[in-house]
Amino acid sequence: MSEEIKWTKESDMPLMAMSMGRMTVNKTGSWRNLRPVVDKDKCNKCGICWKFCPDVSIKMDAEDYPVVDLEYCKGCGICATECPKDAITMVKES
Amino acid sequence: MKYTIPAEEVMCSGHKACQGCGAALAMRYALKALGPRTIMTFPACCWSVIDGPFPYSAVGVPLFHTAFETAAVVASGIRAGLDARGEEDINVVAWAGDGGTFDIGIQALSGTTERNDNIIYVCYDNEAYMNTGVQRSSATPWGAVTSTTPARHFKQERKKDMMAILAAHSIPYTASASVAYPEDFVKKLNYAKSIKGTKFLHILASCPPGWRSAPELAVQLARLAVQTHVFPLYEIHEGRYFRMSMNPKKKPITEYLKPQGRFRHLTEEQVADMDRMVDERYEYLLEQAERSKPYFEDKKGN
Ligand SMILES: Cc1ncc(C[n+]2csc(CCOP(=O)(O)OP(=O)(O)O)c2C)c(N)n1
Ligand code: SF4
Ligand code: SF4
Ligand code: SF4
Ligand SMILES: [Mg+2]
Repeated sequence: MSEEIKWTKESDMPLMAMSMGRMTVNKTGSWRNLRPVVDKDKCNKCGICWKFCPDVSIKMDAEDYPVVDLEYCKGCGICATECPKDAITMVKES
Repeated sequence: MKYTIPAEEVMCSGHKACQGCGAALAMRYALKALGPRTIMTFPACCWSVIDGPFPYSAVGVPLFHTAFETAAVVASGIRAGLDARGEEDINVVAWAGDGGTFDIGIQALSGTTERNDNIIYVCYDNEAYMNTGVQRSSATPWGAVTSTTPARHFKQERKKDMMAILAAHSIPYTASASVAYPEDFVKKLNYAKSIKGTKFLHILASCPPGWRSAPELAVQLARLAVQTHVFPLYEIHEGRYFRMSMNPKKKPITEYLKPQGRFRHLTEEQVADMDRMVDERYEYLLEQAERSKPYFEDKKGN
């Protein structure tokens, strides 16, 4: 569902505007100026960073550590502000 | 992993909200509670852009873009259609900004509420017309700077009490919620889902560009709004019975105002004026909650 939708002829198009695919085609990671970096040594696996990400860009891995999805993370820094253990640092993208 | 809110994501990444958008967080939480069997209506607002351009969408549920003033009545129509087909288990949700709710959409919303149509109306309130460049609305708080209320002429009117207007319709359920308290947020939507009639949710949704605040503070500011009593979290049942969702010890209002450029021009005196207005309203709510206690004792739990 997340691929780009392409029409080659007019009759391929729906008769009215409708949602046919998901916005995951839009890789918002390119918006980012700052990148969140998780320090596993400080992390207590609470999931608070996951909870407050407006871009659904943190997943918890099999060991319950957060993994940032850099394809979509916009670098807002909310995860770093909300982390109770200061385990997330925002570093400049080069 | 034990999550405190549902793990399932209905809304997806790739949406077009600014960095640190409270409205995006609000949608994420709302859909966790509502689940995929939901149909939404969006009037013109930031969310009509956030969702993405045709033929793509971010919400993961069927969605109807409506004219600015018609979110509620289109939702009423969708509900009537679903009822006629016997599909009563689908949540119909009107999702609108403060401009689309407090100002231009109030007539349609009043009609829907008066008929007690079985929908959930969510107003994500970022306290101005953000999508068109931060013009003031009747939800903009006293003292705030917007593009139509510049610093020397900052907003002189108080925020409209939308919850009270809804309560005056004897609406079965209306509640305020915040993106900083997702568990409370999800609980309220679950309750709204479980009862029939019109349900109204008023969500404070921080907006970094409109509030002139740092994106990383978006959740913290929404939390401070509750902790400073600026945006109290409470419910009104049956249009009459009030209940505070939390009653935190008040933090100084400056903690909420200082990080926001839209309040930077306020003098100490003006901040004190604002503080008085906040206290006045909060005391009123506490009085109402006190009066309503017997109702909730009888109801046991809900
Ligand atoms: C009838 C009509 N008038 C004006 C507009 C232009 N317009 C589109 S979105 C918007 C602002 C919406 O503000 P709000 O409801 O607070 O949502 P936000 O953008 O803040 O999310 C305006 C004025 C319109 N689309 N239709
Ligand atoms: S920086 Fe913002 S977008 Fe990126 S993972 Fe953290 S909360 Fe999500
Ligand atoms: S909020 Fe901080 S401590 Fe909690 S899981 Fe995320 S990184 Fe770890
Ligand atoms: S202007 Fe504000 S409400 Fe609109 S998308 Fe940006 S942060 Fe969200
Ligand atoms: Mg608005």
